[in-house]
Amino acid sequence: MSGLKMPEANRDVLSRRAEIVSALRAIVPGEGVIDARTEMRAYETDALTAYRQMPLVVVLPETVEQVSRVLRYCFDNGIKVVPRGAGTSLSGGALPLEDGVLLSMMKFNRVLDIDYSNRAVVTQPGVTNLGITRAVEHEGFYYAPDPSSQIACSIGGNIAENSGGVHSLKYGLTTNNVLGLEMVLITGEVIRLGGKHLDAEGYDMLALMTGSEGLLAVVTEVTVRILQKPETARAVLVGFATSESAGRCVAEIIGAGIIPAGMEMMDRPAIHAAEDFVHAGYPLDAEALLIVELDGPEAEVDHLLGEVAAIARRNGCTSSRTSTSEAERATFWAGRKAAFPAVGRISPDYLCMDGTIPRKALPEVLSRMQDLSKKHGLRVANVFHAGDGNLHPLILYDANKLGELDAAEAFGADILRLCVHVGGVLTGEHGVGVEKRDLMGEMFNEIDLAHQMRVKCAFDDRQLLNPGKVFPELHRCAELGRMHVHAGALPFPDIPRF
Amino acid sequence: MTAPGPGPAPDRHFRPLDADGVREVVAWAAAEGQPLEVIGTGSKRALGRPVQAAHVLDLSAISGVEAYEPAELVITAKAATPLAEVEALLAGADQEFAFEPMDYGPLLGLEPGRGTLGGMLATNLSGPKRLKHGAARDHVLGIHAVSGRGEIFKSGGTVVKNVTGYDLSRGLAGSWGTLAVTTSLSLKVLPAPQTEASVLIEGLEDDEAADALCRAMGTSAEASSAAHLPQGIGSRLAVDGLSLDRPATLIRLEGFAPSVDYRFEALAHLMKPLGPVTRLEAEPSRALWRAVRDVRPFCSDAAPVWRVSVAPASGSDFVATLRENCEADAFYDWSGGLVWLSMPDGDAHAAEVRFAVSQVGGGHATLVRADAATRANLAVFEPQGAALAALGHRLKAQFDPVGILNPGRMLAGA
Repeated sequence: MSGLKMPEANRDVLSRRAEIVSALRAIVPGEGVIDARTEMRAYETDALTAYRQMPLVVVLPETVEQVSRVLRYCFDNGIKVVPRGAGTSLSGGALPLEDGVLLSMMKFNRVLDIDYSNRAVVTQPGVTNLGITRAVEHEGFYYAPDPSSQIACSIGGNIAENSGGVHSLKYGLTTNNVLGLEMVLITGEVIRLGGKHLDAEGYDMLALMTGSEGLLAVVTEVTVRILQKPETARAVLVGFATSESAGRCVAEIIGAGIIPAGMEMMDRPAIHAAEDFVHAGYPLDAEALLIVELDGPEAEVDHLLGEVAAIARRNGCTSSRTSTSEAERATFWAGRKAAFPAVGRISPDYLCMDGTIPRKALPEVLSRMQDLSKKHGLRVANVFHAGDGNLHPLILYDANKLGELDAAEAFGADILRLCVHVGGVLTGEHGVGVEKRDLMGEMFNEIDLAHQMRVKCAFDDRQLLNPGKVFPELHRCAELGRMHVHAGALPFPDIPRF
Repeated sequence: MTAPGPGPAPDRHFRPLDADGVREVVAWAAAEGQPLEVIGTGSKRALGRPVQAAHVLDLSAISGVEAYEPAELVITAKAATPLAEVEALLAGADQEFAFEPMDYGPLLGLEPGRGTLGGMLATNLSGPKRLKHGAARDHVLGIHAVSGRGEIFKSGGTVVKNVTGYDLSRGLAGSWGTLAVTTSLSLKVLPAPQTEASVLIEGLEDDEAADALCRAMGTSAEASSAAHLPQGIGSRLAVDGLSLDRPATLIRLEGFAPSVDYRFEALAHLMKPLGPVTRLEAEPSRALWRAVRDVRPFCSDAAPVWRVSVAPASGSDFVATLRENCEADAFYDWSGGLVWLSMPDGDAHAAEVRFAVSQVGGGHATLVRADAATRANLAVFEPQGAALAALGHRLKAQFDPVGILNPGRMLAGA
């Protein structure tokens, strides 16, 4: 852990550990409270494995009432709580705190209601993303957001992170596919938002909760929209001699009114790593590779594949292959989906970054990234959700070499600054967590951040839920609450602005 | 306008020219505890509860498109930019707001086309295509705003995929200007469909139609709208060349021509056993959905109108339950999930409407048309449970601690 500061541990809480454990056992009986270090080891990190911390104690409640009582107890006793789903966060969102209760929601693992008439599934938060699709696919339905960790990640975690996936341009992010929630505030109050109807009433608390990284409330039930699977899906694999021509091709596809189900780009290092690993038949002479997937009725897909191929030719593609079978389509994707482990084979370690940029800035960003690569002395491979501008640079390093992790982190920070500089954002889908927390100032000024914290203060003014994540500095809500206005200063309507 | 002197502030009409001017007005109002009614063009003043504020913060000068690059699928414009102007600009590039923001003008007795982008977000507008594409809140990418603290802040950005910090942009959707004054917005746009057609099935009862629409939505036909107009509603649509004298169940298909044709055949085949099926081509289809969008059947009188959101399959049960207790004209959008009600005897029948919502598994009802006295004395929006209402009050207190932004708009005394 290179220089990451977490909130100072509360000595009083640490010294009362035994008492806290037994109080929690009174709420969650049996094996639902884990305090042995060997058993807690499984919870000391999430998918951002560079950071580790033993929690005070792990609690696995099974009922909403238990969640409510645990939170109320922690609220009354000033104990921090870190909620955790499947632990697949790439930004350290579930990193434990030494003086905090780690609240695992993975015993909430049942699908509660499948309602095909309303195209809605009501589920507990510990059900995996893919588990929802599995529960409805025999009727031809699926849940659209598909983060690459979908086999393992929980829907509760998807809410916390507003997870995306490769199909988000056409089908939206988690926030566009959630209809309702049940949540428990740190005070133990249970609140329901939305339901099977569209448009939740009042302030859009669903929007604030989705992507709130476990800082606002603990989700105990989720209602999502399901869709009927498209009749068919086919992909075309197109190679280009430059990333500029690939970028122009992407812009022209969108300009032609086509919204592909997925549109992915890989650069030369990523193409080579993936091809060596899965032998998908990627063109090794290409500087940039596009995978464009169209889905829908066959008549539509055939029509659009023709258009996409013509656009690719106009932009000077060096190779073009259209999938003719489901197996071939799967092969096209196999390389892209294995890009991370493929890069893992050519380097002992890698850091996966997650900025989003305006599509048009891609050539500039790729070229400046090569300069940064030289500056930091580390290699980088790029995979890019070209449809929505989400860029995943993979920085290759060796943690066993002195200083390489620090160099990789500095390189990553430079890339994210570059993303913000060209009009993009720090994180497209992995979340801020602890990883990008200290970079928030690159995108937001103090007043921007204060307004985000005010949401936190409305939900959890004692800041007990997941502190140390998202915000670079913790301000007490009372301090934040002061109004700084010049008493009585009048906005004179006679000055030219008015 | 003249420079105000000392003493109690007389009613003022502030019309700042930029975000900094807005900040100055709000900061003054916060310091002095002077409530403001925030308006763009005032086209939605008759919606929601009447605001209790002496002064007006008029944003109409904060107007104009700031950036639009069709290939990036995003437009950024100042808050009071007319929606009609933006839609015309998008149409010129064969793009659109896919959520099809409705125009409340005709229903409220105003001329159409007066709304602004800021008002669209503040009231979270949508239309028939909300069923497939979501509402304004699903398309907002970023905002600049002035909170009730008189501070300028931004949230989000101009890219589709962004999870950097809390989603305040979406959080302001449907907040009716009570948390912050938006000065600029970035919104996602999409290619306009090449063509469209609608499946029309005639003669279905409400419950049969509900069933048919839910079945259609459960297929891979990707319908973008689904509505049912009971007997006596279709004839009040006022769409040229289209006479719907019998109950009309409608499903809309959009996209590339070969795809629309194929999906039309698939749905027509599925629906044939239910009743006669006809195809509405692009022109009449567009006109029809526009009329449904703007609630044209209820625009010709002044009876109280409710907008009710329930689970799609429960729409017809809701209306049946309501009619056990009072008279109501009704039609259905969003596959049955959006019920427009007109109360013919002139009474809003709020208790009956809310009771019926509670009987079908929940949802919410908003009184969108009634005289000001009725809207001031009734809960216009669906009352919330104690814990959620308290959370809403805390959020309001964080963003507008003095309570100067549109007081009373959503709730009495808040």
